[in-house]
Amino acid sequence: MSVRLRADCRETDVTVIGGGLVGLAIALGLIRNGLKVTVLDEGDIALRASRGNFGLVWVQGKGDTCPEYAQLSRLSARLWGDFAQELESFTGIDVQLSQQGGLLICLDDAELEQRQRMLCAMREQAGGDYPFKVLDHAQLKALVPAIGPHVAGATLGLEDGHLNPLLLLRALAEAFIARGGKLLSNASIGEIRQQDGGFSVVAGHDRWNSAKVVLAAGLGNKVLAPQLGLSAPVQPNRGQILITERIQPFLHYPTGHVRQTGDGTMQLGDSKEDVGFNSGTTTEVMAQIAHRATRMFPLLENVRMVRAWGALRVMTPDGYPIYEESRVCPGAFLVTCHSGVTLGAAHSGPIADWIAGKPEAFSLEVFRAARFDV
Amino acid sequence: MQHDLMFKRLANEDGGTVLVEIDGATFNARAGDTVAAAVLAAGMIPSRTTPLSGSSRAPYCMMGVCFECLVEVDGVPNVQGCMTLVAEGMKILPQTGARYLSMAEQEMYS
Ligand SMILES: Cc1cc2nc3c(=O)[nH]c(=O)nc-3n(C[C@H](O)[C@H](O)[C@H](O)COP(=O)(O)OP(=O)(O)OC[C@H]3O[C@@H](n4cnc5c(N)ncnc54)[C@H](O)[C@@H]3O)c2cc1C
Ligand code: FES
Repeated sequence: MSVRLRADCRETDVTVIGGGLVGLAIALGLIRNGLKVTVLDEGDIALRASRGNFGLVWVQGKGDTCPEYAQLSRLSARLWGDFAQELESFTGIDVQLSQQGGLLICLDDAELEQRQRMLCAMREQAGGDYPFKVLDHAQLKALVPAIGPHVAGATLGLEDGHLNPLLLLRALAEAFIARGGKLLSNASIGEIRQQDGGFSVVAGHDRWNSAKVVLAAGLGNKVLAPQLGLSAPVQPNRGQILITERIQPFLHYPTGHVRQTGDGTMQLGDSKEDVGFNSGTTTEVMAQIAHRATRMFPLLENVRMVRAWGALRVMTPDGYPIYEESRVCPGAFLVTCHSGVTLGAAHSGPIADWIAGKPEAFSLEVFRAARFDV
Repeated sequence: MQHDLMFKRLANEDGGTVLVEIDGATFNARAGDTVAAAVLAAGMIPSRTTPLSGSSRAPYCMMGVCFECLVEVDGVPNVQGCMTLVAEGMKILPQTGARYLSMAEQEMYS
């Protein structure tokens, strides 16, 4: 009996709640800081954006109304090369990162002009350092011969790229475990207790005690945060994605809505729908996605679809992340964002360092949830 | 490449034959055969190579699940052979790697 009791109570430096892209990237970064880290993740019934996303490491246009977010996205894009190498060295998994630029294709002139205006303003805000090009139809056709005749042009973000998000999730989990991290699934956390200046949660038969806790539970943060004096007003936003048969490589740049994976598969995405917690697919939306994709790339008309899915984005009211340490319960951190692929390298680097207790490399003040209380 | 045939036809009542072309050679398929059955009976094994590793494959589950039976049928790539019935004059070729979209095909639409 006494053995059982001792086994019931486990100590760790940091408990991370949520084992998606966000939780695992941070957990790996905390391990790099020499901490003992345990990740508790819900089971297969969970809503998991990390298993249904589009795989873009995307910078252009991100943070047009929040310069700090633009900077963070760009910082992460710059850190991605080294991070991908680190993951490969620990796991042997190549996440198929490619960062040769990305295209946002515009079907009509008005859209292209609007986009150009936005990126010009962002360049000004960044003091002139914001690398992008505006391509008219002919210039785009020279770069991507398969582009359709009814496309006005595109903006080419030179810092954009993409990767394979499922390989990324696996690499994160394997690297975390290989470096001594503990990852428990089927561990749905309901209550977080504060005790002895730390935190305590029950997962299955075990109670985990830790000095720090990180809420990285995606949409689950909404109910967990208030227990620790934090606020996570996140809402689901559905995206549907279509997948085609594999075809020989023809599209060498990711685009905002269509990309070809390293395996030759085409991914066509993605809708933005306010449908609550329904992660299904609908014929109507799939038809719209296919229609837009074939206008951009008419050669896709005869290509076979092999599957489709819906997944729920984790959206704050302004679409920007929340990075915050609780003022009521110091040691409790909240992390949520809607571009967990793009920001993965930053989460594993400077954001994890901040949680570990290093001085902030840059101010995270604008990312506090208090901005929603006005 | 032609292997020793492991598949023996059952002596079923004759429903008639369907003349198809398998990898360039004419073949008497049976009416009601799927393309995958005809491919196995004709010995076109392997009937495809995979897009990533290029390894050799042949029809496997024969019920639409595994996608091992992909072949080119009348110029259409990546057709599931086990879900397609043979038809007179059909031309069946191995599926080599990922589907190729030629520049001609790309230009055709622009
Ligand atoms: C269609 C679509 C396309 C996208 N495209 C891109 C893209 O191209 N680029 C990009 O950067 N981002 C993209 N995203 C966003 C990206 O997928 C998310 O930002 C990222 O996956 C969020 O990760 P997360 O770990 O916060 O959330 P999730 O993946 O949702 O993970 C949350 C985890 O928390 C666990 N959990 C929840 N509640 C509890 C609880 N009470 N106890 C224990 N565990 C719990 C769940 O099991 C889950 O594993 C896209 C998202 C969608 C839906
Ligand atoms: S043999 Fe399995 S799908 Fe055709």
